[in-house]
Amino acid sequence: MSTGDNYEAAASKSATDVARFDGTSDGFIKKMHHALHVTPALVPLIVLLASIAVFGLLLGSRFFSPFALTLILQQVQIVGIVAAAQSLVILTAGIDLSVGAIAVISSVVMGQFTFRYGLPAEVAVACGLIFGTLIGAINGWLVAVMKLPPFIVTLGMWQIVLAANFLYSANETIRSQVIAAEAPLLQLLGVKFNLGGAIFTLGVVFLLVLVLVLAYVLKHTAWGRHVYAVGDDPDAAELSGVNVKKTIISVYAIAGLICAFAGWALIGRIGSVSPTSGQLLNIESITAVVIGGISLFGGRGSILGTFFGALIVGVFTLGLRLAGADAQWTYLLIGVLIIAAVAVDQWIRKVAA
Amino acid sequence: MEPMLKARGLVKRYGKVTALDHCDFDLMPGEILAIIGDNGAGKSSLIKAISGAVIPDAGSVTLEGKEIHFRSPIDARNAGIETVYQTLAMSPALSIADNMFMGRELRKPGFRGSVLRQLDRKRMEEVAREKLSELGLMTIQNINQAVETLSGGQRQGVAVARAAAFGSKVIILDEPTAALGVKESRKVLELILEVKSRGIPIILISHNMPHVFEVADRIHVHRLGKRLCLINPKEHSMSDAVAYMTGAAVPDAA
Repeated sequence: MSTGDNYEAAASKSATDVARFDGTSDGFIKKMHHALHVTPALVPLIVLLASIAVFGLLLGSRFFSPFALTLILQQVQIVGIVAAAQSLVILTAGIDLSVGAIAVISSVVMGQFTFRYGLPAEVAVACGLIFGTLIGAINGWLVAVMKLPPFIVTLGMWQIVLAANFLYSANETIRSQVIAAEAPLLQLLGVKFNLGGAIFTLGVVFLLVLVLVLAYVLKHTAWGRHVYAVGDDPDAAELSGVNVKKTIISVYAIAGLICAFAGWALIGRIGSVSPTSGQLLNIESITAVVIGGISLFGGRGSILGTFFGALIVGVFTLGLRLAGADAQWTYLLIGVLIIAAVAVDQWIRKVAA
Repeated sequence: MEPMLKARGLVKRYGKVTALDHCDFDLMPGEILAIIGDNGAGKSSLIKAISGAVIPDAGSVTLEGKEIHFRSPIDARNAGIETVYQTLAMSPALSIADNMFMGRELRKPGFRGSVLRQLDRKRMEEVAREKLSELGLMTIQNINQAVETLSGGQRQGVAVARAAAFGSKVIILDEPTAALGVKESRKVLELILEVKSRGIPIILISHNMPHVFEVADRIHVHRLGKRLCLINPKEHSMSDAVAYMTGAAVPDAA
């Protein structure tokens, strides 16, 4: 030691308790900022409740009834399921443009395997689910191992899958009556039941269970933490011991599986197997995710936010239609919401919390 | 005595840049080995080659006499080698506890852990808090705070605490005191000595000569991609070391 002055000794008698500070009265805005930082799903929840309240006041019982509110759930079930898949991918700082195409081709596989090859419906459904998972896994492999940008990979996969879907199905729709008569299992997720005026379908139940399961998995399992870490900073995640490639491939594969379930629910919703359905699912799912407050930069946000985001779109769509407004108003307002949601995201990310 | 960690003839090239040029390296059991060298001498490449972050083009690494071939930092960690990187390798949006247990999370006992794969947050938080307290990082109020809300020195402290908590064979510290205040630096040096007293050898990369000369048993001087010499801090002065590493003087053939 060449330093003569023993300046470090002065620190030896320093405090040994964990620091505490007075909870200064920060004012409402600051407290809200902190709450939003900690619980990002609060913003879409507030917007959702406010929009339900506004439409409820404007339209009365036409809107604010168990029937109308559960109708919203039925209308958003497909987008909601796909958006859950999209959320997983976006949490890893990726994006999946092929979600809608995967859903549709999975439904076509389920239908064609049953009717063209005469397989039992159970086997056909399983094949559809496996097929969706495989496409997702290929996406994930291209992103994680080949290091291609997710946007490009899934833009390409979207075109490939959609074209394959039309070629394979010969653009032929399997009619609802035929399915109902010969393979009702394909329409399982469309089965309705009534709870005191509220109409639920099994597809809606699936959506609710899916959101709860994913919320649990993301928050309370190591895999969920890894998804966030990979989206936050993949290099740091790798160095601290996360298998980044495996995590990314598993995320895209699970997204593919969830999309295949969405394809199954799609058959239940529209009754038939139609290769031309679900064309807007990719954009609609990204909309729900963004309005739900998940950051497109990855690593931030929650699956509950996405669920609320999907419901917000549903509330606006039904509310404005019941109010007799031109459908274009819906799109206009959704556009405003998207930009507002990202602005709020930027505000939250300013770390003063 | 057989070295704990030994490397022979390590080569690593990035395109036309040679980062490691037939580099040798020895870490003895229980010692603190400092690595010093000018910027660009290849210190970080050496560390990465040992800790699995890069795969050397040639050469061998042996741990406790057994040859090892790490394909990733996870392999090195599983072998008991913990590294604190200069970049710290932490996820800013996640909590301190999440970061400390990243990649080796604790699960709840019984059904909830084995089937539902539920994390044991309470235990992870307790352990994280305990490790921080051992290090004297008392200014961290909330173990569930996101890492991005910590100061630079606090982040460094968390990263060091993480390595100290889990390293069983070798701990590698890359510039551990660079971002720290006086008190935190002292704590890290104390921790380094404490880890040494547990018998775990430490590799310390630092530009801070007083810190290096205070704690190191031996000093590995790195220059132009290889080991220039090994010096004993008790027999050489800081100016000798600086002269060797910058090429101003040539060490006696030892």
